[in-house]
Amino acid sequence: MNLSRLIRISDVEWRLEPSGPMRVPGVLFADETLLAEMDDKVAEQVANVAALPGIVQASYAMPDAHWGYGFPIGGVAAFDADQDGVVSCGGVGFDISCGVRTLLTGLAREEVDRVRERLADALFHKVPAGVGSTGSIRLNEQRMREMLTGGARWAVAQGFGTEEDLSRIESRGAAEGARPEDVSDRARKRQEEEMGTLGSGNHYLEVQVIKEVYDPAAAAAFGLRQGEVVVSIHCGSRGLGHQVATDYSKRMLEAAGRHGLHLPDRELACAPIRSPEGQAYLGAMRAAINCALANRQILGHLVRQAFRSVFGETEMPLLYDVSHNTCREERHEGEGSSRTLFVHRKGATGALGPGHPDLPDDLRAAGQPVLVGGTMGTASWILVGTREGAGRAFASACHGAGRQMSRTQATKRWQGREVVDDLARRGILIRCRSMRGVAEEAPGAYKDVSRVVEVTQAAGLARKVARLAPLICVKG
Amino acid sequence: MAHWEHFEHQADIGLRGFGATLADAFGQIALALTAVLTDPEGVRPVRSVDIRRSAPDVESLLVDWLNALIYEMATRRMLFSRFDVRLENGDLQAVAWGEIIQPERHRPAVEVKAATYHELAVERHPDGGWMVQCVVDV
Repeated sequence: MNLSRLIRISDVEWRLEPSGPMRVPGVLFADETLLAEMDDKVAEQVANVAALPGIVQASYAMPDAHWGYGFPIGGVAAFDADQDGVVSCGGVGFDISCGVRTLLTGLAREEVDRVRERLADALFHKVPAGVGSTGSIRLNEQRMREMLTGGARWAVAQGFGTEEDLSRIESRGAAEGARPEDVSDRARKRQEEEMGTLGSGNHYLEVQVIKEVYDPAAAAAFGLRQGEVVVSIHCGSRGLGHQVATDYSKRMLEAAGRHGLHLPDRELACAPIRSPEGQAYLGAMRAAINCALANRQILGHLVRQAFRSVFGETEMPLLYDVSHNTCREERHEGEGSSRTLFVHRKGATGALGPGHPDLPDDLRAAGQPVLVGGTMGTASWILVGTREGAGRAFASACHGAGRQMSRTQATKRWQGREVVDDLARRGILIRCRSMRGVAEEAPGAYKDVSRVVEVTQAAGLARKVARLAPLICVKG
Repeated sequence: MAHWEHFEHQADIGLRGFGATLADAFGQIALALTAVLTDPEGVRPVRSVDIRRSAPDVESLLVDWLNALIYEMATRRMLFSRFDVRLENGDLQAVAWGEIIQPERHRPAVEVKAATYHELAVERHPDGGWMVQCVVDV
């Protein structure tokens, strides 16, 4: 990225002054190395978002930002309905409420190492993954409506997981204000056979060992002990969420002229929060969030079943479940008062600091676990939200590594079998349906997640708690 | 002259279709879509699905066409390898031929979530041929 347009605020914060149609500045959290790797289009997209009606404070890019559609991936932007603010499906992304959930096992690495092949097979057998895979749950019209309203709460009521899980899921397991009636028949149809499936691409299920603890107090509050094993699931709202995004991109574009919106890029498709299109999208998007939460709740249950088939009765409490493609209505301090804002996070997670009222009682002193996905070969991270983060980017943090190489390039460079064998030599077992899919997801195709995490910490967005290394990875 | 190709995109995959007519180019980009998942040569055209779409402009029609195929692929669990496309006054009438996914044989690499408006283009070349392009989210 060309740095000449940016003003350096600190080593890890750069400012893009408002110019032309920009209503607020842009702020990029990155160091010079990450900025050098970032495409110029990221700054262009940050500026385009800064020009949307009703945006407040600034248009932000997280340290893992890359060129997205309309909004950058790693973009955070908040809009005020009282200032004619908009809601944008481009600001949420196609995989609504894609996110990560991490379960604790309490097992030592050695206990897992002894049965690694068996455990990998049990997980691969139990969790439907890959293109065209189907779940065993079929939803009729009434159950679909209940799922879209109830999210993970609905899943628990159906016997997937426990009540205790719900306090460890954002919004206690269900987004309020979901409107199933605003979800099209096509979106429902796409979900018919996809409940409880992992999907494909960058989605995964990973058994990980806690390699290093950086913040003993937060780690203790989270139940993380060095040398113990956790399981992380990265997955979203499946076909239903993808179709909701498709439907509303089209609808918002068609209505843009009517709302007097002049969009420099069609992927910035948006509508005033207080318009029929804006309200319908919010209702449908929240239903899709609930679909993702229900889906990850079911997947968590299947993972527990697979572990029990190998280890017998084991407790596997949920550490946390975070979404990184959302728009949420939140209260934030700013300009001398508290106001309700519609905060878009696209490839960015919420990161509530200690004392936040939305945290469950047993995490309130520590802060929110921020789950950052890595690649099959490197590391994943658990961070914690900070108090100062609330004033920086609406309590948001990075979400993952971010690609540095296209899928086309990756398949030219690596063979899937080589990647699997290389990882096996490093003690990482892969289970997958497609070798080409593995090549496309080769660890080398991604940025260095550890650098992203260091910058996230240096910028005060979140603090390092623990680093995780993969042992088993089930790819979709 | 009819052919398709993929082009580089950091997070996702770009599709291009080329043809003597716009309808041919729409058929070719549909092959490029199948190729995101698997080699189209390995997909037998044994079942057909009718698709009809209309849109205010040809770029939107292209996105709608690809999204219609993505929907049929997802809900019928099918892959497509032959396309008869007709375009008339902003209306698209097409028949897509293919078969049900067989994971062991097709080894599908990645599912496509949606066609986007990103880098969307429809161009007529000086030789009279057409090029259409679109980035899909995977």
